Amino acid sequence: MNREEVFEKLNEVFRDVFDDEEITVTDATTADDIEEWDSLEHINLLAAVEQEFGMKFNMGQVVSMKNVGEMADIIISQIG
Amino acid sequence: MRELEYPFDGELILKKSKKIKRTLLEERSDFTQKRIAVLGGSTTHDIIRVLELFLLDQGIRPVFYESEYAQYWQDVMFDNPELVSFAPDLIFIHTSNRNIAVWPTVSDPEERVDELLSEQFSHFQMMWEKIAEVYHCPVIQNNFEYPFYRLLGNQEGVYPQGRICFINRLNEKFYQYARENGNFYIHDINYLSASYGLDRWADPLYWHMYKYACCMQAIPAFAHNLANIVKSVFGRNKKALVLDLDNTLWGGVVGDDGPENLEIGQETPMGQVYSEFQGYVKAQKDIGVMLAVNSKNEHENAIAGLNHPEGVLKPDDFVLIKANWEPKSENMSAIAQELNILPDSLVFADDNPAEREIVSTQTSGVAVPEIGTPEQYIRVLDHSGFFEVTSLSEDDRKRNEMYRANMARKVQQERFTDYREYLLSLEMQGTIRPFEEIYMARIAQLTNKSNQFNLTTRRFTQAQIEAFAANPEYITRYGKLTDRFGDNGVVSVVIGRRGTMADVEVYRRGETPDAADGAASESELTACGTAAGSATAGSSAADGTVPDSSATDSVADGSVLHLVLWLMSCRVLKRDMEYAMMDSMVEACRDCGIGTIMGYYYPTAKNAMVKEFYRTMGFEKTDETDTGVTIWRFEIPADYEKKNTVIE
Repeated sequence: MNREEVFEKLNEVFRDVFDDEEITVTDATTADDIEEWDSLEHINLLAAVEQEFGMKFNMGQVVSMKNVGEMADIIISQIG
Repeated sequence: MRELEYPFDGELILKKSKKIKRTLLEERSDFTQKRIAVLGGSTTHDIIRVLELFLLDQGIRPVFYESEYAQYWQDVMFDNPELVSFAPDLIFIHTSNRNIAVWPTVSDPEERVDELLSEQFSHFQMMWEKIAEVYHCPVIQNNFEYPFYRLLGNQEGVYPQGRICFINRLNEKFYQYARENGNFYIHDINYLSASYGLDRWADPLYWHMYKYACCMQAIPAFAHNLANIVKSVFGRNKKALVLDLDNTLWGGVVGDDGPENLEIGQETPMGQVYSEFQGYVKAQKDIGVMLAVNSKNEHENAIAGLNHPEGVLKPDDFVLIKANWEPKSENMSAIAQELNILPDSLVFADDNPAEREIVSTQTSGVAVPEIGTPEQYIRVLDHSGFFEVTSLSEDDRKRNEMYRANMARKVQQERFTDYREYLLSLEMQGTIRPFEEIYMARIAQLTNKSNQFNLTTRRFTQAQIEAFAANPEYITRYGKLTDRFGDNGVVSVVIGRRGTMADVEVYRRGETPDAADGAASESELTACGTAAGSATAGSSAADGTVPDSSATDSVADGSVLHLVLWLMSCRVLKRDMEYAMMDSMVEACRDCGIGTIMGYYYPTAKNAMVKEFYRTMGFEKTDETDTGVTIWRFEIPADYEKKNTVIE
């Protein structure tokens, strides 16, 4: 899966989780950009991303992840 | 909603929860609102989010109070005006083994372990007692799940110092408390985590990152299991299990293969699967579930199949057997009608997806689980929680017999041309008395599940029922009915509250009286007929349901009885039990010097059958509101003649 395809899927996940069809995420997107993305929704978001890509974030990754771009990097590194 | 029926896709529910909620709210409007306080020992945010979906799916619209993080104990034990004013209908305490403050260590002597155990238990017991005293509402309490590692390995449950041993003993103390205290229910997360898979359930990432006691992915299973207890406490259990026959209760088609060739019994692996399933179904009778058959078959073939010598279920185990060639959806409606219950009280188990589809689309409300393949039937039905047990009354255990007796009565009825003669032939004996301790659970259960013969459809918890019984402002009666075919158990409940004519306004608005508010006036109103004048004086503004007594004019001496609740189980329709209840209420009123009885009918989607009930009882309609509420008045005549002449 290339980076573009990963972002396409990420968009779907974000739209489902926040129930908002308008969302389009980029490398630089952070929680500040999406109103409902608070620390509690973050847990749900990560679980949905894990399910979509069939992978798991470890604790170190969860702690250090800064934006959607880094999230995509981790996904790509794990699913190869 | 399909997405929320077991077996469900938990991750889909988590991901699409917002959309699912929107759809649920659009699909129906007849929700019952319940106020639920969630007191957590760990994060509860997503538990509440998903619990809401499962409750909405059961027709319950929750309003939540959520404790601050891990404040479950403080929220109860210290003054908490916010929770008091929230007035919960139910409190759920979400604790886990992460909340065990001090664990035994391997070097502790046994006496020290015992001490720790009783300290840990009293921490909880104190809280439960405080809840019972302040909130009078049902409590659901998690037990403890096993830890995800074992210092003592396989002996962890053997030595008292082991955490598994400690948890087992603590859980047993919780269970004992539950056995001894009504209105207290265990949420068995120990079973749930085992069933889910403990290693996945206890993934420490979710604790250390987010302070969740279980992993995110387990939350739907958790919330589903919890919602089953909640809906059962609020009277929304299913009542009957309707089964297909061929390839559902046995392997093969009885009409084609002949009863002797069916797969059932110990001869083949498949036969064993069906035997185990039949045993599971038969045991449902013991928890009060009625069994019926809905099968495309010649009736005689169905009976021949059920009489298979290796079968566990026999024709007598079913209250109704519909084996014919009618569409199954029509049979389902007929079954509901003949059992006097609503289609949404039925569960239908059929191996054939096409038949399931017809029933679920044509008979609205029937639960039609996707039961999978024969070896999965038990798990799917069991984990669905349709018949979640929260109280196990004698009535539950005997329900099947009672409905079978009803069928026998019908046969009897056909032999009589005069209905009164038929009623007399039943040799009915009624017992009508003020609420008594042993029937409190059954009375509360009836207020929560009677929909059709129910004038006000007010739901009360056992604690409220007990409070009514203890409060002299209320006149309470339960009615039990026995006849030559059997004991029907407690079948009717009437609650009246003493007051004045001015109170009519309150009841017109349909506000729910709270028995607890009468406590203040108890001292002033000690015995029937002695201090009726102060009936409302002490309890006026507590919750706004009783108007200020100074506003009363015409009859200011407390000589009116307002009927807060009048319900009857449909299993005794047309037996004149309602007349016997009326007679008893009139007698009680006379003893208290009450001359007027006011009745109220609040229309719902299900209680049209009693719209004119008070007229048949001799009341006069005095008013009708825009919303269809009708108000009825009965002046007790000096020469009141008993209306019931057939029940002793």
